[in-house]
Amino acid sequence: MNLPYSHRQHADRIAGAPALDVRNLTVYYPRAQAEPALADVSLCVQPGARVALVGPNGAGKSTLLKAVVGLLPLHSGQIRVFGNPLGVCHCDVAYLPQHGDIDWRFPISLRRLVMTGRYVHLGWFKRPRSEDWAVVDEMIARLGLTALAERQIGQLSGGQQQRALLARALAQDASLFLLDEPLNAVDAGTREVIAEVLAGLKHEGKTVVAATHDLGRLETDFDGALYLAEGREVPAPPGAFEGNYIGHELAH
Amino acid sequence: MNWLTDPLQYPFMQTALLAASLVGLACASIGVYVVLRRMAFIGDALAHTALPGLVVAYLYGWNLSVGAIVAGLLTALGIGWLSRRQEVREDTAIGVMFTAMFALGILLISATRSFRDLSHILFGNILGVTAGDLILIASVTALVLATLFIFHKELELTSFDPTHAEVIGLRPDRLRYLLLVLLALTVVTGIQVVGVLLTSALLVTPAAGAALVTNRLPRMMGIATLIAVGSGVVGLYLSYRYDVSAGAAIVLLCTLCFAAAWIVRYLRQRSQPTL
Repeated sequence: MNLPYSHRQHADRIAGAPALDVRNLTVYYPRAQAEPALADVSLCVQPGARVALVGPNGAGKSTLLKAVVGLLPLHSGQIRVFGNPLGVCHCDVAYLPQHGDIDWRFPISLRRLVMTGRYVHLGWFKRPRSEDWAVVDEMIARLGLTALAERQIGQLSGGQQQRALLARALAQDASLFLLDEPLNAVDAGTREVIAEVLAGLKHEGKTVVAATHDLGRLETDFDGALYLAEGREVPAPPGAFEGNYIGHELAH
Repeated sequence: MNWLTDPLQYPFMQTALLAASLVGLACASIGVYVVLRRMAFIGDALAHTALPGLVVAYLYGWNLSVGAIVAGLLTALGIGWLSRRQEVREDTAIGVMFTAMFALGILLISATRSFRDLSHILFGNILGVTAGDLILIASVTALVLATLFIFHKELELTSFDPTHAEVIGLRPDRLRYLLLVLLALTVVTGIQVVGVLLTSALLVTPAAGAALVTNRLPRMMGIATLIAVGSGVVGLYLSYRYDVSAGAAIVLLCTLCFAAAWIVRYLRQRSQPTL
């Protein structure tokens, strides 16, 4: 028996639907009513594509990702993931938050942290099975963390913590990856490992939407880009990477 | 060996030892979450707010513990509700609620000449635990342990990463309510042992001591339980032998264990300067 966390029923993907379809999304942060954090943003990402959300801090990149995983209420507009409304495909969407969202002093090992990526499949009352641990250990190895698996998460370096969070996202075995600044503020070694893993996702046919303000790597790492400033879609700066267009006009 | 066996001849001591152990078990286990989620203030507040419940129950001849439980649950839900939209900060909401409830309790007491159990409520009355109290304590302990076991992975996750919990469809606020309700129940059992004023020590001190010497959650619960149960049993013996307040002795022993844990941590860090 499987009792999922979400109160909504799980729905299968709709064949042919985009991995992520955002239409005219407007989002306000709670208790900050003045300006919307996102205003009338649309984008359409096909399965298997790797897409960058590009813009300065405060442009709305993180807000967009948070809205897609259901952390922020939608003011208006619509989000569909594999053709389904929000909240029915938690299993299919893995989210890599920015570093600050976790209590790193909490007494939990890296291995158990990565295991929390499997919880969405376990649901209430089920304990991790041996196949879950196998997935966890595989992802820990893929990110080069095997020697640190039993270490308390606060005793990891910033780069190791970022790799641990990516291992958790991978352990979820999702189809759509939402990555918030995956390469921000990490050491060169971590950068390399993470870039390698992201390239691997491409081969597995996974869809990736990543927030970044690193213009240098766009061409190598992504197929398309959406430029944001102050919560709105803006045209790509002259000479910047454009790739396949994924923005407003496509979504309509 | 007489000092060990003599007190056991008395049924009230047997009951008291059992009660202290059960309460120690419940308080220490849930206390680990109280410490890790920084809920120490609310634990203390829940103990204080039991006062009007106890008084009202006394006046109407109801079971005292039931009165305390009702008052505690109302406070737990009230605090959660007041601070839900964050118009009032949570610690402010707690401060407002618990002082009001405590004052209400004192007001009721002062209006009631016949009320003579005040010191038992304030400082605990473990030697007066009845069979009925013991059943209630055992039920609460079983409920707390079972809930912590069944919802372990969800409580753990919402404690250190509420964002991920929400992303996968969990409701961190509901798990928090669950914890508050358990806490309100646990506190009522703690009041029997050490009284309204010192109950938060049973929640916080053993868990805080355990947190100093381990960074694994299950081990932390184990060590906290050892501290709380050990202090409960030894404190009762000391209280019997030297005729001092049992509640105060138990709490001070917990504090001693905390100090010992501090020293262990200090020595460990000196021997391993790299960590």
